Amino acid sequence: MTSIDTVEALLENNEALQAAKTFLFQLADDDYITSFRGSEWLGLAPHIEEDVAFSSITQNTMGHAVLVYQTLEALGEAEADKLAHARPAGERLSSVYLEKPNGPGTYLDEPHYDWALAVIRLYLYETWKKIRLQTAARGSIRPVAAAAEKILMEQPYHLAHWKMWAVQLLDSTPEAKERLEERIAEAWREAGDMISFGGHGQTFLENGVTADSEEALQLRWLEEVRSVLPAPAELPLKEAGDGRRKEHGSDLDQALKTCSEVFTSDREAVW
Amino acid sequence: MEAKKREVLEQVKKVDDPELPNVSVYDLGMVHEVQVEESRAHVTMIPTFAGCPALDFIKKNVETAVRELSWITGCEVTFSFNEIWSTDSVTEEGRRQLKKHGVAPPPDEYTPGEEWQVDCPYCGSAYVSMENVFGPTACRSILYCRSCRNPFEAMKPVIRDKTLAR
Repeated sequence: MTSIDTVEALLENNEALQAAKTFLFQLADDDYITSFRGSEWLGLAPHIEEDVAFSSITQNTMGHAVLVYQTLEALGEAEADKLAHARPAGERLSSVYLEKPNGPGTYLDEPHYDWALAVIRLYLYETWKKIRLQTAARGSIRPVAAAAEKILMEQPYHLAHWKMWAVQLLDSTPEAKERLEERIAEAWREAGDMISFGGHGQTFLENGVTADSEEALQLRWLEEVRSVLPAPAELPLKEAGDGRRKEHGSDLDQALKTCSEVFTSDREAVW
Repeated sequence: MEAKKREVLEQVKKVDDPELPNVSVYDLGMVHEVQVEESRAHVTMIPTFAGCPALDFIKKNVETAVRELSWITGCEVTFSFNEIWSTDSVTEEGRRQLKKHGVAPPPDEYTPGEEWQVDCPYCGSAYVSMENVFGPTACRSILYCRSCRNPFEAMKPVIRDKTLAR
């Protein structure tokens, strides 16, 4: 496969361009919602040092979403702020599992958030994020690979953090273990769309957006997470919907309304 | 043209990191390339961490500094993700200034999962412990010196993915 080295060259190859954009939207929309759910935890983490760590990871994750939305902007899409804040839920490609609220209540009112959900979800997501970035970095579309490489140099800190929490909690009290196991079972019912390319896997591979098949990447993910978590040997199901096919519930609407509130209040403002 | 480039670079060198007064963005290794065409300058920079909220400030400050040159009519600053920032990019002067701020320069070689090798920026002791990998900014961690009993920060080493050949 011939490589595509520049944005200009990519703009001239429509099939590769559409494949690249779909891949980038999946990545950016996932990071955007993950960062928003993380921001809701601010001030509520189990202890002060965790609050520092979690908010730093969350801020950096939003930086990754910005980087990818900016890459999309360079590829002819709207400006990054609009891609982040002005697209309705029906246009988003984020995973419904990542959109799920942190727990009952809101961060302003009776937030009964569940740390077990945070730990399991973020460990599973960061592992998938690494695998999907690695395959893009080894792909043949340079503008996509460059963004992936940059994020990959920072993301290991995020993954290591959530892996540490998962390992330590699984090895602590019976209650902690039980609560984590419940969230693992839940993930295996609902996280199927997160580790999917939404029917575009073959197109990604054929155009060099990714260097591996979707099936191979999913198996790599399964093997890696099962080396850490007591998880089933099959891939997760998609019982909550399929965000990659733009099937979202009301959770995403709530998240977008809150996260875009300032942007929406004055769309012409210069920040 | 070379003389003009040097003039622009001298202006760029005056810009400090917004979070670290007296540590210039040049000494942090964030300046990749200066190009001059007639009276217009183009500065390509490399972000340390992508999620850094200071990038917009840095961009604006570099533009302002370059525009101070009387012959400049325009200056464009862009951040490139094609170039990779690395620990080696920090200059000797950058390392010296970082220590004055209580920030240990990033370690030269780092393998994920292994212990860091950074010394206390105040007393130079290697008897330090990691308090929090994540600090006040994305590129910094919080440590504690067990010799002089000072908390300090260290710039995080960047990690090169082992599955990539480059």
